[in-house]
Amino acid sequence: MLLITCPHCGPRDEVEFRYGGQAGVASPADPEALDDATWARYVFFRDNPKGPFAERWVHAAGCRRWFDAVRDTVTNQFLDPEPRR
Amino acid sequence: MSGTRAPSDGRIDRNRPLSFTFDGRAMTGFAGDTLASALMANGVDVIGRGIYTGRPRGIVAAGVEEPNAIVQVERADGVSEPSLRATTVELEEGLRVQSLAGRGRLESPGDAVDAGRFDARYAHCDVLVVGGGPAGLAAALAAGRSGARTILVDADTELGGTLLGTRDELDREPALDWVRAAAGELAALPETTILLRATAIAYHDHQDILVAERRPDARTEGRLWHIRAGQVVLATGAHERLIVFADNDRPGIMLASAALTYLHRYGVVPGQRAVIYTTNDSTRTAAAELTEAGIEIVDVVDSRDGRAVSGSEGGDRLEAVVVDGERRGCDLLLVSGGWNPVVHLFSQSRGSLRWDDGLATYLPERAVQATHVAGSANGVFDLDGCLREGAAVGARAAAEAGFGDGRPPVMPAADGGTAIGRVAPIWFVPAPEGETAEARMFVDLERDATVADIRRATGAGLASIEHIKRYTTIGTAGDQGKTSGVVASAVAAALLGQEPGALGVPTFRAPYVPISFAFIAGRDRGALSDPIRTTSIQPWHVAHGAVFEDVGQWKRPRFFPRAGESMDAAVLRECAAARTSVGVMDASTLGKIDLQGPDAGDFLDRVYTNGFAKLKVGSCRYGVMCRVDGMVFDDGVTSRLADDRFHMTTTTGNAAPVLDHLEEWLQTEWPELRVRATSVTEQWATVAVVGPRSRDVLAVLAPELDVSADGFPFMTWRESVVAGLPARVFRISFSGELAYEINVSTWHGLAMWEEVMAAGERFGITPYGTEAMHVLRAEKGYPIIGQETDGTVTPQDLGMEWVVSKTKPFIGSRSHRRAENRRPDRKQLVALLPLNPDALIPEGNQLVAAGTDLGSRPVPMIGHVTSSYRSAFLGRTFALALVRGGRERHGEAIVAPLADGTTIEAWITDPVVVDPDNARRDG
Ligand SMILES: [Zn+2]
Repeated sequence: MLLITCPHCGPRDEVEFRYGGQAGVASPADPEALDDATWARYVFFRDNPKGPFAERWVHAAGCRRWFDAVRDTVTNQFLDPEPRR
Repeated sequence: MSGTRAPSDGRIDRNRPLSFTFDGRAMTGFAGDTLASALMANGVDVIGRGIYTGRPRGIVAAGVEEPNAIVQVERADGVSEPSLRATTVELEEGLRVQSLAGRGRLESPGDAVDAGRFDARYAHCDVLVVGGGPAGLAAALAAGRSGARTILVDADTELGGTLLGTRDELDREPALDWVRAAAGELAALPETTILLRATAIAYHDHQDILVAERRPDARTEGRLWHIRAGQVVLATGAHERLIVFADNDRPGIMLASAALTYLHRYGVVPGQRAVIYTTNDSTRTAAAELTEAGIEIVDVVDSRDGRAVSGSEGGDRLEAVVVDGERRGCDLLLVSGGWNPVVHLFSQSRGSLRWDDGLATYLPERAVQATHVAGSANGVFDLDGCLREGAAVGARAAAEAGFGDGRPPVMPAADGGTAIGRVAPIWFVPAPEGETAEARMFVDLERDATVADIRRATGAGLASIEHIKRYTTIGTAGDQGKTSGVVASAVAAALLGQEPGALGVPTFRAPYVPISFAFIAGRDRGALSDPIRTTSIQPWHVAHGAVFEDVGQWKRPRFFPRAGESMDAAVLRECAAARTSVGVMDASTLGKIDLQGPDAGDFLDRVYTNGFAKLKVGSCRYGVMCRVDGMVFDDGVTSRLADDRFHMTTTTGNAAPVLDHLEEWLQTEWPELRVRATSVTEQWATVAVVGPRSRDVLAVLAPELDVSADGFPFMTWRESVVAGLPARVFRISFSGELAYEINVSTWHGLAMWEEVMAAGERFGITPYGTEAMHVLRAEKGYPIIGQETDGTVTPQDLGMEWVVSKTKPFIGSRSHRRAENRRPDRKQLVALLPLNPDALIPEGNQLVAAGTDLGSRPVPMIGHVTSSYRSAFLGRTFALALVRGGRERHGEAIVAPLADGTTIEAWITDPVVVDPDNARRDG
């Protein structure tokens, strides 16, 4: 079980968190301006790297706040000492 | 000859004899015995049978790596456990032991439930040391003395590891004297904990280690420890491995170190005439030790001299082996094919392994976590080296955890030590008769798998050890290939013409040893496995005979049968009451979210497909939520309490996901919106009063409230005193009937329900459950999220364009314009009326067009049934279904082919089959 550092509460067991997928995927400012394929890329496609991956977590059974963290998908180690709020 | 008890020697307590039975035969052992040592002392040769070959099998090992001696053990208290390794079962008075022949069978336990009580414990420490042999003890001493919080776990009943089965000395004194002193010192350290009978079974990410601790004398049988360790020292030792030759599975053929352990630790003489077959120095003193115990040494066959054992003879016990073509009479063959460091936990922790040619095995290479390895687990096999490496690693681990200066404490000196030297491995000994003998060359005894099986795998073109493992099943038994894994890899490599270390070993997976599900479950079983949620009105439901169903964690009344009444009859009666007079339902489980803030209306505009910003205070509106992919996520009625406050309702099962959804968008996309969302599901009890007479009931209960159709119109709510209790009354309907949902504080829920029942008595008020609710809403074509929808259904598919705004953006709005989501042949919601009004189509049934040839393959399916009921109002059956292009098919026939080969034909209609003009909702 991962030990995840919530920026608000500190390190907690993984069971307290819910995973939110890739971080930094910007919501298109004007969805209507996009063609179907571009919109579908935003809705359905995410990176799946082997190595560092910026991702979102929510401390669902704690403070319920969302935050970003960088995790190495090979080792499961979190790389940023202070996850971003 | 079979095993016998030596007249003296061993760490057993000869003053405490213990009686037990094996396959019905009465036997005696001593306190301190394992089941295996006691069986051996009682002359038992055959404990198991090859699962496929049925060949007799005896004890091979003295620990967890045992592949043969697998038994069913019933204790004196009646608890019976299958598939235990006799080598790891402590002998107890009154054990009833059964051998498990062949593939065994799962006994039907009837109503019996494993009553074993297990606990979970959580612990944190600076240094966790796994293994209490010489290396682990030295590491624990070094860490413990530094002041680090240290936990030492060992699977055995006492500390010492291999020293318990040898005659090694330290500083010219018995090594076990030093073990005793070390154990005493550790026990006295305030920050150090020793767990015996505790097996580390899993090493997960982020230093999370699971330890299964057996507690035979405690009120609980065991504890599963979840230990989060700053640093981990693995001193897990090594397993000796077998040598593969023809007929290498006869009882009497055992690991050399195991034979010596039985002799020294348990005082059991495992045979009378022995041949030793070795590849390394670890058996250096074995011949002398056996001779001292009165065992005749027939031959010592050393692979380094170019000699080999190529076969064996005997029946239920070894009678001879073939050495360099000559027959040697013996009843005991001690084998040392080399040693496999126990790298399971290291590998589970994602550490990498490397092949070592000199030791002919895999060693830890690079740790990924804060993992240190010491002793024979790290390829250090001499006692002196184990102590020194253990001390050094323990001190380093403590220092990295912030304790001590990292300098190792001084350890006693071992006299000589028993290094294994260079190993000259024999992966399998060719038989004179050629390849046909390979079907009797056993690699995995527990799986009964041979060199012939591996040759079939490589012959089929498999070159990955993971594939070979699955093809041959080698390493997939309960022992997970502890004695066979490295051998199988090397044999496969040899057959492929590659070097022994070329293929690697299959992934090591948790748990290291099998443990029971009851052990894993701990207290999380039965009523404690998942919370049970009940409403404040639950006592009334129970008292009035409700039949309950689970809706998520909630218990909801499904129907309220009268004496002798069937479910069908009860549901028809409940539905009829709601449509003709008045029914009442406990709707407290609906999710409720309080939304506050000046931007709450704007926020709702973005999350619902329809508009809410302009909703008037005092009004209610039905809304549909989609995910960004445009698919329906939830629905419910949301009411405006004030300019900056809304009361949202969700489906029962989606209450928490909807709140999460709202929080996610508020926090991550629209942090500028000033809105707070709070779950109030538990704070409100909801009594739904439904039917033409519901107004009369409310009028009695709330004399000050104007309940007229004009004074309290549909889709509005009123704050009022109802039956003397403060309440919010919502005039909304999930049945199409005139209906009021009375919300009161949860504390008042039961009281309000009883007041409603009393006020409705003269109208024959009828409580109804979820089943009638489902029928009533289906008659109106109202979808249920998760029943009509499955994450692939848009509001348009449900025929609900009217609830989708064309003018404002909302979550999922762009997706609704994707070409894929506008295809005319998408599955659309329709109702089905079977031609035979008594025929009920099973829910989930597939649908085909009328005239479809059901003999063709595949049968072209055009839809499926989502809900199917008997309608009291219509006096017939009906169903809801999702059908391709369904809206264009109204009036057409469709066919439901049933699993039993019959079919039900039905007409497709509009999904609203009762009161399509909504004439009933004003009563
Ligand atoms: Zn938190």
